[in-house]
Amino acid sequence: MIRWLLLALGGALLGGIVHLATIIILPRTATQDAYSRLTRSAPVNAVVALPAPTSESAAMPFMDPAFASAVCRYDLSQGPLKLSVPVSLAYTSVSFYTRYDVAYYAINDRAAGRRVIELDLMTVDQHNQMPEDEEITAADRLIVESPTLTGLIAIRALAPEPGLMPMAQRAIATARCERADEPKPAR
Amino acid sequence: MRLLLGSLFALVVAAVVGLGATYLALTRGAAFGPLTIGSWTAWPKTGTADADPYAQASIARIGRLPTALGDGVAFTAAADDNGRPLDGRCDVVLAGITPAARFWTLTLYNADGDLVANAINRSGFTSQEIGRRADGSFDIVMAPRANPGNWLPTGGVERYVLLLRLYDTAVGVSTKAGREVPMPAVNVRRCP
Repeated sequence: MIRWLLLALGGALLGGIVHLATIIILPRTATQDAYSRLTRSAPVNAVVALPAPTSESAAMPFMDPAFASAVCRYDLSQGPLKLSVPVSLAYTSVSFYTRYDVAYYAINDRAAGRRVIELDLMTVDQHNQMPEDEEITAADRLIVESPTLTGLIAIRALAPEPGLMPMAQRAIATARCERADEPKPAR
Repeated sequence: MRLLLGSLFALVVAAVVGLGATYLALTRGAAFGPLTIGSWTAWPKTGTADADPYAQASIARIGRLPTALGDGVAFTAAADDNGRPLDGRCDVVLAGITPAARFWTLTLYNADGDLVANAINRSGFTSQEIGRRADGSFDIVMAPRANPGNWLPTGGVERYVLLLRLYDTAVGVSTKAGREVPMPAVNVRRCP
């Protein structure tokens, strides 16, 4: 009897390890997380508008229907990114997520304090390699360090009333997210 | 033989305990540092780089993007102030005021996080659409049938959750429940 109790106790301890391991591994193996869902529809290093969520379809669960939203799925392995988001009339925010959907930075129109939110996104290494003089000329630009090479930028503009949704959509339609060193492609 | 049976037993116990605990943690949405005010709960830390492994696992499982703390805070209510689960066939009244924020939105989702279909195509309110009393307080009625005032249709679904998102607000990781963070009361008014 004692033998079985000891075995059960040992099993329960092992179970605790199994529990912690599965919790930690789960984000790495999830196939339906927000980043994986958007992999199909969002190209790398470009802003894509997300369709407004309806009862039949939504890009992801728990989207706020009062917002016009767009995402930029980024990959910094080729170099830093430049992001520019014109602010809409009501409220505009830019949130940064790692590959595993951890929100590591967010800024809104009021915190940015100007008509266009402009940011440089780079990894910690890329930031360290930046020449000093460039650091000074870039002082008026905001630099955001990404903890991972890939991730998501969510750009969202509020439509305070349903009738203002087209205005919010127009505002984020002109948002840009592109490689910093790349010459602007001819349009 | 006894050794084999014994270790098999221990392994089965480990699998049941470990996977069971993981399942429970994910379906209950467990994470550290909840901020509970009345029937509303938010996890401000989940919207930061310090999100704990439980928060990360449940975000990955649901497949949503958490509201980043620099953007706002999302409060969830799945039951009224007396602990009754929110039922779309009942009339539920949300009454009071919200903490200071530049904007807020209230949205009604089913348990899976999808919007609920309804005749007038309304799934939520923003702070600018609400009719208020002279003192700034407001009532919102969640009901299957049309109601005067601020009516949020439930579509008659059995269970739903409400998300009150505060945008550009001082509510955050260091906020404690108290007078600075008044959340609206949620009460079932009438249930057939």
